[in-house]
Amino acid sequence: MRDAFVKQLTELAKKDESIFFITADLGFGVFDNFAERFPNQYLNVGVAEQNMVGIATGLGLEGRKVFTYSIANFATLRCLEQIRNDAAYHEVNLTVVASGGGFTYGGLGMSHHATEDISIMRSLPGVEVVAPCTAWETYEATKLLSQNQGVSYLRIEKGGIQIPPYPNTEFEVGKAIKMIEGSDISIIATGGIITECLKAEKILKDQGVSSEVISMHTIKPLDEDAIIASASLTKNIITVEEHNKYGGLGSAVAETIAKYNIDCRLSCISIDDVYSAIVGSQEYLRAHYKLDHHEIIKKAQALLQ
Amino acid sequence: MSELSIGLAKKIRLHALEMTHLGKSSHIGSILSIADILAVLYENILQFDPRKPKLDTRDRFILSKGHSGAGVYAALAEKNFFLVDELKKHYSDGSIFSGHVSHKGVPGVEFSTGSLGHGLSVATGMALSAKLDKKTHRVFNVMSDGECDEGSNWEAIMFASHHNLDNLVAIVDYNKLQSIYSPKLTLNLEPFRSKWESFGWSVVEVDGHDHAELTDALQAESSGSGKPLCVIAHTVKGKGVSFMENNNLWHYRTAQDEEYKDAKKELEDGI
Repeated sequence: MRDAFVKQLTELAKKDESIFFITADLGFGVFDNFAERFPNQYLNVGVAEQNMVGIATGLGLEGRKVFTYSIANFATLRCLEQIRNDAAYHEVNLTVVASGGGFTYGGLGMSHHATEDISIMRSLPGVEVVAPCTAWETYEATKLLSQNQGVSYLRIEKGGIQIPPYPNTEFEVGKAIKMIEGSDISIIATGGIITECLKAEKILKDQGVSSEVISMHTIKPLDEDAIIASASLTKNIITVEEHNKYGGLGSAVAETIAKYNIDCRLSCISIDDVYSAIVGSQEYLRAHYKLDHHEIIKKAQALLQ
Repeated sequence: MSELSIGLAKKIRLHALEMTHLGKSSHIGSILSIADILAVLYENILQFDPRKPKLDTRDRFILSKGHSGAGVYAALAEKNFFLVDELKKHYSDGSIFSGHVSHKGVPGVEFSTGSLGHGLSVATGMALSAKLDKKTHRVFNVMSDGECDEGSNWEAIMFASHHNLDNLVAIVDYNKLQSIYSPKLTLNLEPFRSKWESFGWSVVEVDGHDHAELTDALQAESSGSGKPLCVIAHTVKGKGVSFMENNNLWHYRTAQDEEYKDAKKELEDGI
C-alpha cells in the first residue's frame, strides 16, 4: 500500500506544484526519489509531529495541498490537537497519512500498534477517514483525498491487492466496493484485513455459504446505502477490523443499523479493548486477537445457525 | 508615528476593559500586557488593507496567546476591518467573538488559537511558504512567556533557524507572570535570550511598552540575515491600571462596579 501511495503522490506532484509532502523523519529510502525530483515539494521536519502539523497548516493556509506522513500513532495521536485546532478548524487541505494501520508493525510493540486511530479521527468534525483494503484503493484514495478541501486521514498498511476487483471498478471516497457478491451473509471490512475475509469467503463457499464481501475503505463519510442494501439482502452482517471495538467500523455499522431500524443480525470482529503487550507478525496477532478468517467463519456459522 | 500607535494602544485597552466587563470574561491582565505590542504592529509595522483582508501581499499576524483575543478584535475594529460596535458582542451568547481569538466570520483574524504552543509552528509554515514562493511579506507571531513551557514551540524554533526563515518574527510577551505564578517559580525560562540565540535566532530585548523601541526592533530588516528574529518584550501584566499591574488575580477576574470605573478612569487619564 505504501508503494501505491508513493506512486500516486509522485504523479500528483508532477502535475501540481501545490502538492507538498512532509515526513516526520520516517520512511527510510522510500521518499528519496520523490525528494530528489521535487525538492520544493518535500520536507523532512525531523522527529517533531506537533510542529509537522503546524507547518502543514501554515503551508495549507497559503494554498498548498499537504500530506503529512509518519508511522502508526505518531501521525495522529501525538499531534491530535494540532490536527483538530489548526488543520481541521481552519479547513486546510491536509491528508494525514499513517503508515502501519492495526498490527502492521506487530513486532515493534504497543507504541506501534495503531488500534484506536479510526475511532479518534472519525470523531473530529469534517475529517474524512479512509482505511484502504487494497493497494489499488490506496492509489486511488491518495488522489481523491488530495483534492479534498479539508482534513482527511489515510490509514495504510503493507502489501495488499494491486488490482481492482473488476476491470472497471470505480473508486469513490464514501462509496463501498463489493469485492464478492453473496446472499447468505455480509462480511464488511476495513483495511488490509479484507484478505482474511476473502479467505473466509472461500472456505464458507465450500461449506455452502454464500458471502458478500464488502470493502468499506471509507469509514467517514460512511456508505450507509451499501450497508442498508447488504443487510436487507442477507440479514446477517459481520464487520471485520484490526482496531479496537469502540468507535471503529463495527460501531459505525451498528449506528447505521440502529438509525434506519434495519432488521438484521450484527456480529463485530475487533480488538477486545486491550493493548497488546505481546508482539508478533500481523498474521500472528490477527489470530491471537481473534480477528482472522477462522474467527470470521466461526461467527458466520453462529449467525446462520 | 509613535503618537498614532500610543493612541491606538489606549483605545485597545479601553475597548478590552469594556469587552471583558460586559462579557464578564477573563484575561484583562494579559491583554493590557500586549496592548502596546498590538498597537505598534497594527499602526507602524504590519502591511494590510482592511478592505481586502486576504490580500496576498499582506503581512501575516498570529496571536498565539489566544486568550488575549479581545485585544486583537479591538485593534482590528479600530483599523476598520469591522465596526467598533461589534466588539460589544464579545463573549455573549451566540457571538463569534470568542474569549480565545477565532477567525471564523471575523475579517482580519489570520488564525484561531486558544491552546498554547500552536501559533509559532503555523507562523513558521506560513514563513516557509512565503520563502518557497519568493514572496516578501513577513510573518509575526505574538506568544506569552508561560507559553514557552510548551515543547512544540521549541520544535518550531529549531525548525525556523534550520530553514533560515528570516521573514519570521516571534514576539514574546515577557511579563513574568503565567497562569498561577511566575515562570521563575513555575518552570524557569532563563537564560531566556541565550536559549533563543543558541537555537539560531537573532534576539532583541525591548521595553514592551515603549513604542519607539518596539517599532525600531520590529522594523529592523531581518530579511537577508538568514535568521528568524525574536523580540523579547519586557512587559507588565495589567499595564495601565495600577491595581491590575503585576497582580495575577487579573488573569481571571472581571472588573465590575467601582473597579471598572476606576480602571476606566486610569486608562482614560493615562497613568
